[in-house]
Formats: sequence, C-alpha cells, structure tokens
Amino acid sequence: MTTHSKGVINACFTLRHEAFLLDVALSLPAKGVTILYGQSGSGKTTLLRCLAGLAHAQIGSLSVDGHRWQGEGEFVPTHERPIGYVFQEASLLEHLTVAGNLRYAQSRAGSESSSSRSLSNQELIELLGIETLMQRKPHQLSGGEKQRVAIARALFSQPKLLLMDEPLASLDAQRKREILPYLEKLRAELEIPIIYVTHSIDELSRLADWVVVLDQGRAVANGSLADVLTALDSPMQRDDAGVVLESTIVSREEQWALMTVGFDGGELLLADNSQPVGTKLRVRIDARDVSLTLSRHQDTSILNALPATVVDVSAGHSQGTVLVKLRLGPKSTAAPDGEKQMNAQSGFHWDSAELLLSRITRRSAEHLGLAAGSEVWAQIKSVAVL
Amino acid sequence: MDENLAAIWLTLRLAATVTLLLLLVGTPIAWWLAQTRVWFKGAIAAIVALPLVLPPTVLGFYLLLTMGPNGPIGAVTQALGIGTLPFTFWGLVVASCFYSLPFVVQPLQNAFEAIGERPFEVAATLRAGPWDRFFTVALPLARPGFITAAILGFAHTVGEFGVVLMIGGNIPGVTRVVSVQLYDHVEALDYAQAHWLSGGLLFFSFVVLFSLYTFNRRSSTSFGPRV
Repeated sequence: MTTHSKGVINACFTLRHEAFLLDVALSLPAKGVTILYGQSGSGKTTLLRCLAGLAHAQIGSLSVDGHRWQGEGEFVPTHERPIGYVFQEASLLEHLTVAGNLRYAQSRAGSESSSSRSLSNQELIELLGIETLMQRKPHQLSGGEKQRVAIARALFSQPKLLLMDEPLASLDAQRKREILPYLEKLRAELEIPIIYVTHSIDELSRLADWVVVLDQGRAVANGSLADVLTALDSPMQRDDAGVVLESTIVSREEQWALMTVGFDGGELLLADNSQPVGTKLRVRIDARDVSLTLSRHQDTSILNALPATVVDVSAGHSQGTVLVKLRLGPKSTAAPDGEKQMNAQSGFHWDSAELLLSRITRRSAEHLGLAAGSEVWAQIKSVAVL
Repeated sequence: MDENLAAIWLTLRLAATVTLLLLLVGTPIAWWLAQTRVWFKGAIAAIVALPLVLPPTVLGFYLLLTMGPNGPIGAVTQALGIGTLPFTFWGLVVASCFYSLPFVVQPLQNAFEAIGERPFEVAATLRAGPWDRFFTVALPLARPGFITAAILGFAHTVGEFGVVLMIGGNIPGVTRVVSVQLYDHVEALDYAQAHWLSGGLLFFSFVVLFSLYTFNRRSSTSFGPRV
C-alpha cells in the first residue's frame, strides 16, 4: 500500500473524531471520475478532506500519481497540494467579484502544471456559462451560479486532482438539472482525475467511472462502476440494483420516433431524444425492469429483448425475490476482447460493461430452473437515458 | 479660547496616535485570540479586558509606578536615554494604549471569529499559504471590525480622564487634554468655557456612536461585530 506508482492514488487513513472512526485503505485510479458513495455520516466528506489535507488523519499515508503527500512524519499542507476543491455549500470569497475569485485562483496556480488541462480558461468560462457574471459579487448570484463559479475557480488553479464534495447537495432539483450537464461536459473534457462525493444514485450513474462505497467509516466496495453495480453482495443492491451502460446513438427510426443505441453487449431501441447519431449517452437499466424468458417471445409489446447467459443468482434483499446477474450475448461469444481495458501498471479492472441485473421472484427463478450458465432472453421494460 | 484649542489639538493628536498604534498591536493579539486553543487563552483575554472594569486611576497608578524612575519600564527608558515617560506626551500615549486596548482588540477578535474556518480552507485549496491567507482573506473580510475598532479606540481615548491625570498631570500643550481642561474650567467656576467643551464632547461622542451604529446596521448583512 505504500507504493508510489504512477497512475494510482494510494490512500490509507485512520482518523478518530469522537464516536466516528474513518478507517480506509484504498487504491484508486488516477484518471476518470471516482465517486465516493454512501449515506450521510459514512465518512465520505472526511475522506475527501483527508485527501485535500484539510483534515489530518492521525495515522495515514497518501500518494497521488507518484507524489507523496502524507506519510510517516510527513504532511504536505493543503496549500502545497496541486488540488482543486469544490465545497458542498457556496464558498466564494465574499469580498471579491466573480472575476476576482477566478483571479485569486489563477494568480496562485503553479505555472509548471499548465498542460494538465486541455481547456483554456476562456473555454472553461464559456463551458460553465458564467461569462455574464464576471463583475458580480457572490451575494448577487443564485446557488447554481455560485457553484458553477466555484467549479471554474477550482479549475483555474490548474489542479492535478479535482475534489468535489457533493457540489449539488445544497441546490434544489431544478438547479441540479442545470449543473449536471456542465459536470458531464467537464467529465468528458478534463484530463485530470476527479474524486466526487455524493449520496445520489443519479449523480453516481451519470458521472462515475470508478466507485467507492463507504459505510460507517469503512470502504465496503471499491471497483469500476460496472463491477460495483453488478456485485451481488454490494450494499448498493438494497434498493438501487441496476446497471449503467455506456452507449452510442447508432441510427434513428423516425417513423416510430425511436432511436437505436449500441453498446458492448448489443443494441437497444429507445425513445428518440433528438440528439445526433454518434452522440455518446449513458443509460441505466434497473433490475426490477428486467424480466427473463427461456425462449424469444415474438408476440410481446416489449421492444428490447436481448440474449444473455446467467452468471449468478443470489437471494434478493427483500423476501421472495432473487437478483440474477446476466452476461449479455449468447454463451459462446460472452466475452469479446474488443473493449477490454486493463491498466497494465496498476491492474485496475475496468471491464464488464456488458453485464445486466434482473430482479425476479424466487418462484419464477425456480420455475425457469435458473442457474449459472442458463441461457435466457432478458426483456427490458424500460431504459432511463441519463 | 486658545487654551481650549490647544487642548483639543492635543487630544486629537493623542487619539490618532493611540488608534494607529493600537490597530498595529491589537490586530495580532486579536488574531491570536481568535485562533488559539491554548489553555491560558482565558487569562490573556481577561488581561486585555481589564481596563473595561478597572477604575482608570488604578491603571494609572500602576503605570505611574512602572514607568517612573524606580519602575522597570522607567529603568529601561532611562537606560535608553529617553528619560522617564510620566508627564510627557509619549507617556500619555503608552498609558492610553493600555486603557483603550479592549476597545480595539474585542471588535477585531469578534470580526476574525465571525469569518469562520471555511474561507481560509477555500484559500488554502487555492494555494494561499498562511501569510497570504491572513492578508488576502482575514483582513478584507474583517473590514467592518477594523472600522468599529478604530472608531471605538479613537473615541474612548478622547474621553479618558483618570489615567491622564495620574500619568500626565496637567501641563498645557503637553498633557492637558480636553477632559482635563474641562475639569480646570469647572474648578475655576468658568462655566461658559466648560459649556463649550462639554457640549463639544457630547456632540462629538453622539456623532461617533451614531455613525458607528448606522454603519453596523448597513454592513450587518456581512458580519460586523455587535457593539
């Protein structure tokens, strides 16, 4: 755990605060979006503050992409860490204008790291839609505007790691809808790793590449989005069982107002969202919206039925149901090598995008004789475009 | 009337000097009190606040002894070749600094405490080191506290009497401030002159406090200390 490997964030923290104990040892990829997920009081924010150096774990070690930030008798103070931090509530410096806040970050940004971002400051201002706010004082901004400025400010300091603590939690539903698209754009444009704290399954589904699930100060799951979502013993399965698929719009059938999206394990027909062919989108399929048949039904209203192989069956968290983990595609071609991504240096396992979960009754599972290896058709009742 | 003007001029010079010095000395004390968690913080805060409750004559008596020829401060000033401080303008300045200290330190401390941790954490994540944070976050955000502290320090120094009598005596143009001059007029039964000075001080004090409360109401949307 004390390696200084490139491409990896190694973090071990033990921090006691009154009755609360944070005790984690994590290895995270130093790329993409890592979501720290958990209920309030699970230690997500404390862990993020430890990464930023805002909290000082009594016992801890931290190395980020080969740089040591904390170790035996060693603690790099926050202002010497190349991080950007977006706080949960508005945190603009009240005595400065929006432009002043951005300048505050820009003038202190390390010059050697200017290549860590593909976006120029001007492009960033446009992407976040804050160009008309520059001369305003923070108290003249709405909550959503403040958070967009705070995000821009964090990036103006040319960070090599962006830490975000529930940046949407203090906003109402409408403001959340206003900011999430900006976050998705940033996710696509930024080349630096983002560690993002949330307790919202929606934000997790839309943004995550990697997920750490925290519960009472401990990490109870740590893996790629697909791995964590489809791990049958994961605490995520209690209410939120489902998978997220990364797909691309392939074609549209205008007469039916439908479009076809393709992903690693097959294709889906969805309601047309009028975005151009080639657009990448994430879709979420909840386990309770997937039913199973042994043969292909032609006489059904359900549009999407995909061949799949049962990987595992486990008792559901509610009595009388089971959760079935499926690999899409017929048995023989179950594991195409095409998109397998193994990070050679760190060995992070990113694959398994072609998995699906189905929640059915135990009676049905027995009736169909489902077991690992069974070939079935997965009928998908509804798909949420994220 | 010339004597009155001399007294007024001396008072203003004294109050301005004291206010300037107290802002320089009081800021680090207030900052330290706002930040520290050491066990003797309470003791230091109490010492700073003592002039609020002590009769000025008590403070003046001890300062007279310590600054006098046989006191520790007197020994130092004599060794430096300055002579002794009592009955000089600078003796009054030193005494007034002690006397008005809480009126400057407490508003500043309140203002620093009202800022909270968050703006400093924000600045730290934007690469601002401790000194940088003090000058670019603490000082500007505590601005209402500085205005309150300066006004209170100035006005309180103008209004002192007991300490001046003990330390400064009554030397025209050197230590005879407005309040002492007023006392002289009353002793001499010159009520017309006394009325001029008293009325002037009353008016001055009202204007100062009125502007202070008006300012604090306007800036209470940010965080001004309650006076």
